[in-house]
Amino acid sequence: MARTLVNVPRKAKRGQVVEIKTLISHVMETGYRRNETGVAIPRDIINLFVCTYNGAEIFRADLHQAIAANPFITFFTVATESGTLEFRWTDDNGQVETASAKIVVE
Amino acid sequence: MTDDSPSLVTRRAALVGLASATVFEPLLVRRAEATPEMMKAAIRRVIGESPVRAGKVTLDIPPLVENGNTIAMSVSVESSMTETDYVKAIHVFNEKNPQPDIISVHLGPRAGKATFSTRIRLADSQNVVAIAELSDGSLWSDTVEVIVTLAACLEYN
Repeated sequence: MARTLVNVPRKAKRGQVVEIKTLISHVMETGYRRNETGVAIPRDIINLFVCTYNGAEIFRADLHQAIAANPFITFFTVATESGTLEFRWTDDNGQVETASAKIVVE
Repeated sequence: MTDDSPSLVTRRAALVGLASATVFEPLLVRRAEATPEMMKAAIRRVIGESPVRAGKVTLDIPPLVENGNTIAMSVSVESSMTETDYVKAIHVFNEKNPQPDIISVHLGPRAGKATFSTRIRLADSQNVVAIAELSDGSLWSDTVEVIVTLAACLEYN
């Protein structure tokens, strides 16, 4: 569906608060625009973004048409243990895009 | 003369009625934008009837924006983010886009820091409201007035 880019620190100290940055390429078509022949362009947005840390949900966002194209979301989490962060974007057509990143906690 | 006057009045009234109908009709056509009332309704739909107090939340968004298609926005909430005291959710709303919702974010004590940022669209100069839902059920908000010179949603392909 789309290209993604995630930025998670490779190493962190236990208990450290780390910043996570995510980006996905997507038109985020609002459904309010018309093409040159006046036909409405159907809505197509990413409406859900979820991040899990070793299977446990740590961040979830419901997105609406007011989110700009190529949604960019940053947030924080506590580095609790070494493992994998999974990212999951779902759009109006039910298409799902995933990404993952590993983190080593010392 | 006396016989004519009732019909004259009627005709005048009819003309006035017709004129005012023509003038005011376009104003009744609803524009495709949310209104402050729609924003209030959206807020009530999401958080219920509980009172919202100003404070604790910082909505960081530029007050003057050149391009409404991408506006960097970040929200942070004062909270210790412990198991007993944390931010459950942050909701952001607008007054004048076609839809009043912008984003709803759900987090918990594992976030460590109740802050997130993203990029939004604004169709017009308007107020943007961020509301934080805390673990004790209290609600806090921050409002920022944003002036937009080039509006989003209006361009054609």
